[in-house]
Amino acid sequence: MSECQFDPTIIAFLCNWCTYTGADLAGTSRIQYPPNVRIIRLMCSGSVDPTYVLKALLDGADGVLIGGCHPGDCHYESGNYKARRRIIALKEILQAAGYDEDRIWVRWISASEGQRFADTVTQMTQAMRDKGPNPLRREWEV
Amino acid sequence: MSLSRVGVYVCHCGTNIAANVDVARLAEFARSLPGAVLARDYPYMCSDRGQALIREDVSEQALDRVVVAACSPRMHEPTFRDAVRQAGLNPYMVEMANIREQCAWVHDDRARATEKATRLVASAVARAVLLEPLEERQVDVEPGVVVIGGGIAGLAATLTVAEAGYSAYLVERSGSLGGRVRELDRTYPTLDKVQVVLRELVSRVAAHPNVTILLRSSVTSVDGCVGDFTVEVKTRGANLGEGVDASRDSQTLVVGSVIVATGFDPFDPRRKPELGYGQYPSVITTLELEQRLAAGDLGDNGAAPRRVAFLQCVGSRDVQVGNPYCSRVCCMVVAKQARQLRGLMPDAEITVYYSDVRTFGKGAEEFYDETRAQGVLYRRASVSEIVRSQNRVRLVGEDTLLSRAIGVEVDLVVLATGMEAGADSASLSAMLRLQRSPDGFFLEAHPKLRPVDTATAGVYLAGCCQGPKGIADTIAHAKAAASSALIPLLRGSVQADAATAIVNPALCANCGLCVEECPYGAPALDPFRGVATVNALLCQGCGACAVVCPAKAISLQHATACQVLAQVDALMA
Repeated sequence: MSECQFDPTIIAFLCNWCTYTGADLAGTSRIQYPPNVRIIRLMCSGSVDPTYVLKALLDGADGVLIGGCHPGDCHYESGNYKARRRIIALKEILQAAGYDEDRIWVRWISASEGQRFADTVTQMTQAMRDKGPNPLRREWEV
Repeated sequence: MSLSRVGVYVCHCGTNIAANVDVARLAEFARSLPGAVLARDYPYMCSDRGQALIREDVSEQALDRVVVAACSPRMHEPTFRDAVRQAGLNPYMVEMANIREQCAWVHDDRARATEKATRLVASAVARAVLLEPLEERQVDVEPGVVVIGGGIAGLAATLTVAEAGYSAYLVERSGSLGGRVRELDRTYPTLDKVQVVLRELVSRVAAHPNVTILLRSSVTSVDGCVGDFTVEVKTRGANLGEGVDASRDSQTLVVGSVIVATGFDPFDPRRKPELGYGQYPSVITTLELEQRLAAGDLGDNGAAPRRVAFLQCVGSRDVQVGNPYCSRVCCMVVAKQARQLRGLMPDAEITVYYSDVRTFGKGAEEFYDETRAQGVLYRRASVSEIVRSQNRVRLVGEDTLLSRAIGVEVDLVVLATGMEAGADSASLSAMLRLQRSPDGFFLEAHPKLRPVDTATAGVYLAGCCQGPKGIADTIAHAKAAASSALIPLLRGSVQADAATAIVNPALCANCGLCVEECPYGAPALDPFRGVATVNALLCQGCGACAVVCPAKAISLQHATACQVLAQVDALMA
């Protein structure tokens, strides 16, 4: 069945200090996870502009992961709180427009949580596979 | 804009990358990318030869940007920035694609890993095309170090800094130096008097002209960056003698590096109430026995105990109390104390109840063997409860080798309590932007290659604040931290990150949202020009301001919206 074979693409915006380093740790620990995630390294989750997320969705990403430091552990004091506030607002707008806001995941993963990063990608890949392709991909394809 | 000329270098990393990613195909693909003028694959890009390859191509092929598809940029970005700098390019004209940690090492399927790697390289090239040269700032390094914590780690680090000829400020919370080690009797495996060792170290530190000791003091804030930290220290009740006031005077120290040596807290065995600590006077901790041994008085009203039980792993290797890790010292502490008791009470029955014995390190296993040879019994057991039995206590549990129930009456139980992260590590981690591992101890920058560095440049870890250690390991760690902390001081200047926020005054409407968003006060409104400006010395480069700017007048250099969106496009192409 074609639905079972659907292979989602996930764009991840990860902060340099925690989640990106956690992803590196998953690598040095050789923890395997699906290759569906494609990572963009930013200095802070607080610098994730909601337009980046929209751009990824409009480009056809089936899921967008925003990874930052745990609350209270931000390298820049409060960037992760800013990210949380912005993404909640973005999700509400998307929801109001009838779009499945659960394609956007925000997760706090520290530099020491390689396993948690791998688990998150594994879970998200499965969740996006279950949802099927991002409908925006079809609409925007000419 | 003239067309950019990007050179792409795909690293095999021996077989680390090449085993799971088709590097030749990846290089071939890279040649097809817009902006790329050449692509090569090479066994080790970080080697001298690999870097020379880049330098040669930059001059012969007139490259203006470089993409290296290799390990994490957290590993070798500085290496390749140096390489392109030597080739005459701006060091910010290099971009890395992380195809090792985030690709080859985590995906077994070679075809799919190669496919993912092509997207990562496409993303890096798309971003590289849009990179702009940035002006690097040199920051003069203040020739001093603040050491937080006056235990054995802080003392050793302070002395190393001072002996190298730099000022060391030792900030200690309590009224005396030495920390936890002040409570110890003898070292293992050499059975030296700890206080003799400590006294010598303290007197050398105290007598050193480069050392300033601040007792009853705590660090209240740390600002700035490597080379130029401003550390506020508050001292409590400096002059209580005259009864004038408990004046809380504070002072500001300006230093190049900071060493964190805040130690550990011993596990409080009251968190395991089944062991009866705090309830029965004959249940004590290894730390308390150490004090009794130091005082030469075993307590119990002079009646020497006839039967003594040691319990290993109290608060360590115990998921129930949230400490899955080994505290590393308890096995040897117990072997040493059991040996000391054996010497004091040749007729007593001394048994160590353990789950595994871990006596690693120089001379440690030999010491443990000798302890057993001297008649200390080791019994592999799981002790579930300690209950009162007339004027003794009764150990209840299971012998895990014989699968047999244990019920033994003893006169003295010694709990080998483990180490925990200090109670103040949460507030310190916020102040110094330090990361912590799940066990609560501070996280080093790399478990193997950077054991004393942290994610914050210029801040180093010494001793048990990073994880449990014995005295010898603590001093080795502290001296390593001091050596690393001296590197920026010896250089005299460091390069500050040039990736700061910048304002395009033509777009700025002077609304002030960036000023509100910044935690460092870097942007300010210029009342004369009617636009925002950024103080690059204060900007830490987080990029939060760029998100809130309605006109997109302010942007974070080296992470502009253009660059990020180009990456998204390339990843989704």
